[in-house]
Amino acid sequence: MNTAATTANGHIAGHDDHAHHPKGLMRWVTTTNHKDIGTMYLWFSFAMFLVGGCMALTIRAELFQPGLQILEPERFNQMTTLHGLIMVFGAIMPAFVGFANWMLPLQIGASDMAFGRMNNMSFWMLPPAALLLTTSLFVPGGAAAAGWTLYPPLTIQQGMGMDMAIFAVHILGISSIMGSINIITTILNLRAPGMTLMKMPLFCWTWLITAYLIIAVMPVLAGAVTMTLTDRHFGTSFFSAAGGGDPVLFQHIFWFFGHPEVYIVIIPGFGVISQVISTFSRKPLFGYASMVYAVAAIAILSFTVWAHHMYTVGMPITAQLYFMYATMFIAVPTGVKIFNWTATMWRGSLSFETPMLFAIGFIFLFTMGGFSGLVLAMAAVDVQMQDTYYVVAHFHYTMVAGALFSAFAGAYYWLPKWTGHMYNEKLGQLHFWLSFIFFNMIFFVQHFLGLAGMPRRIPDYALQFTEFNQISTIGAFGFGLSQLLFLYIVITCIKGGEKAPAKPWEGAEGLEWDVPSPAPHHTWEVQPIVK
Amino acid sequence: MTRETRGVGMSRLIGGLVLALLATTSQAAYQLNFQEPATKLAREVYDLHMMMMYICGVIFVGVFGVMFYSVFKHRKTPGQAAATFHENTTVEILWTVIPTIILLVMVWPVTKALIAMRDSTSADITIKATGYQWKWGYDYVKGEGEGIKFKSALSTPRDQIEGRAPKGEHYLLEVDNHLVVPVGKKVRILTTAEDVIHSWFVPAFAVKQDAVPGFIRDTSFRADREGTFRGQCAELCGKDHGFMPIVVDVVSAEKYSAWVAEQKTKMAAVADDPSKVWTLDELKTRGESVYTQNCAACHQPTGKGLPPAFPALDGSKIATGPKDAHLDIVLNGKPGTAMAAFGKQLSDAEIAAVVTYERNAWGNKVGDMMQPAEVKAARK
Repeated sequence: MNTAATTANGHIAGHDDHAHHPKGLMRWVTTTNHKDIGTMYLWFSFAMFLVGGCMALTIRAELFQPGLQILEPERFNQMTTLHGLIMVFGAIMPAFVGFANWMLPLQIGASDMAFGRMNNMSFWMLPPAALLLTTSLFVPGGAAAAGWTLYPPLTIQQGMGMDMAIFAVHILGISSIMGSINIITTILNLRAPGMTLMKMPLFCWTWLITAYLIIAVMPVLAGAVTMTLTDRHFGTSFFSAAGGGDPVLFQHIFWFFGHPEVYIVIIPGFGVISQVISTFSRKPLFGYASMVYAVAAIAILSFTVWAHHMYTVGMPITAQLYFMYATMFIAVPTGVKIFNWTATMWRGSLSFETPMLFAIGFIFLFTMGGFSGLVLAMAAVDVQMQDTYYVVAHFHYTMVAGALFSAFAGAYYWLPKWTGHMYNEKLGQLHFWLSFIFFNMIFFVQHFLGLAGMPRRIPDYALQFTEFNQISTIGAFGFGLSQLLFLYIVITCIKGGEKAPAKPWEGAEGLEWDVPSPAPHHTWEVQPIVK
Repeated sequence: MTRETRGVGMSRLIGGLVLALLATTSQAAYQLNFQEPATKLAREVYDLHMMMMYICGVIFVGVFGVMFYSVFKHRKTPGQAAATFHENTTVEILWTVIPTIILLVMVWPVTKALIAMRDSTSADITIKATGYQWKWGYDYVKGEGEGIKFKSALSTPRDQIEGRAPKGEHYLLEVDNHLVVPVGKKVRILTTAEDVIHSWFVPAFAVKQDAVPGFIRDTSFRADREGTFRGQCAELCGKDHGFMPIVVDVVSAEKYSAWVAEQKTKMAAVADDPSKVWTLDELKTRGESVYTQNCAACHQPTGKGLPPAFPALDGSKIATGPKDAHLDIVLNGKPGTAMAAFGKQLSDAEIAAVVTYERNAWGNKVGDMMQPAEVKAARK
């Protein structure tokens, strides 16, 4: 091994000769480098975000007016199903895995992820899965049309698009599981000397916890969709009463996965927000230990609440009461996090660059999603809201204004590190405000639609729901167009812009800011000592 | 009420918003809250929701008051450094314990309401609601009206849905046969389904109960005022999930008894004489009506279907082939597909008629016919 002089960031001098590494397309196909793989995840997730977004726009276009104008009802159901599957499994989860790949080694002072080749495979499984899902629209019978929740017996009736979706879900799940194995091993084993677990940036903690959640529940989803596959083709009757089974069994299995899944989606976002708020308040995160315990509590509690998605299925009242009480408890550690972020800002020295705008927007809007979640948790009230647009509003507040906004915050925060340039701050702020305003236009009115009784997953509606649907659709097109601005900002930032220093943000803490911007292809080849 | 053009509609946006803030009618545009409750429980749910809104509102104002105060007051200004505090155990304990107490306070009245909601004992009338793809079937199984059964399907014409005719006032919320119940009596609704999961949802009663095939669930309500109340299926059940509404007429006790008598008479009249021998024309006429109500949604009025999910019947091997295979698929359905077992939903005469119709409609000219007795014999 080369023992020549090391540069300040631990990069071994004289190791720049990459003649043995392929260039061009093969570089990306065979890379085991966490930065390359992170970049691929991020581009893939953005592409999927645009695809899923087009599906959303198609849905909202159909819902602009009562009557059927654009889509046959079956096609509409395919759109809603694929929109959900693509956004959850193709956009938001890979985006955060992209952040994990890029940032975890940098933040813990490791030269790369523990398992480089498995990392490569985890990514390259995604494009075939995405192809399976998107092309399923064009096979006879069309794509799966049972909602992303895939309830039987409806799924048993569907055509081959359902089988394609099942296989896609399997592949996406395996990718996530492998990624999580990598993340856990990396965090537990490759931290720089002196970096104890309680000295790790919170983003590392949130990914450590999320990775355990993924390993615990993705196999459960795999089980549920496999049982669906065998019910469809191999004569089993897990979900058919005629054969001694029960359709509701699927719901229990699915939601046992499904509830931790929503925390898998949001918890890495919590980590990003903690770092961004602390940086732009120029103040250490308030209550670091409590923040760690709160995330751990949320993760553990998430296993105990699944049937709040099923209050109207006919379970005994004791079960309804239990799940209601358990669900309410998750509000406590979540509230602690909101209060701690606010306390971090309190008497800090605040500046409002784009990452901070998205972080504050996150806290504001995610909390609103939390309130509607609390209302939904109340089983007696949920009877009115279940399967209406109130639920749609709730989960879009938490997943879009929550997870997506935190991903934007992270992207703007770390773009200088990734590219070596500052992004255009004015445009970034414009992207925030457009997203914020249009997001609320889409989804705030959907609370009212749900209260008024409009069900979900319908392509056409009674006349009294027209006006709010129109507002929602206009907001959707505005929001969609605004995301093209983000694409423009990122591309121009990659191509040029004001040179970014190693630490562009005055209040930033963490090892990632000790390496140059852009971060060299290999970093921390000699691990730093953390005091 | 017809829909105005979009231009005029948009200009009513502001006025409508103001009106909606004041209005509490059950189905207004820009409606901000639940529909007007028609049962005591629905009123309790309304009040519970308002209580939660107030509590969330107070927390919202508190938390974001502090946060936006901080955004304003603690901006970076020259010479004002950030504080450095980053923990405070007392405060942390307080803001863990206090929210827990608030939650416990919230959950007590909700628990009481839920217990009341789930009590469906001592019902005056019991009605079974069966979800089909894509309509409801009602069976009055106990209490006054016992024995009445009928289907209830969307009655909004296709023309309105496809934009060829102006939409009626109750667009998508109207059915051919309403569910009729007496006011002030406890009605227990048993839900089940014939094919996939549906859900029986009437917002004004705060009633929603999933209809799971192969299982019976139940819910109940006691309407405390007369009127017509509309709801929809609330569980995705396939392509016409949005097109299988529920309409409940709550009427006085006298009107209800009159309705019951009328239904019983009607049912006796249309009950087909099992010994009657039908002519080809009678079968085709009856069959066309059965086809329109039960088969056209998937196989289309033209018989051309929507392949591959819904095969064409016009020119199909089954509809022009041996009678017993044709009868078998209509009676028993095709497992693993959306083709339901219509033997469960239709009478012998109806099945004989629709099979005869299909074999002699459009381009099909098989020329044979089926008597109800043949259907009865084929039922296992």
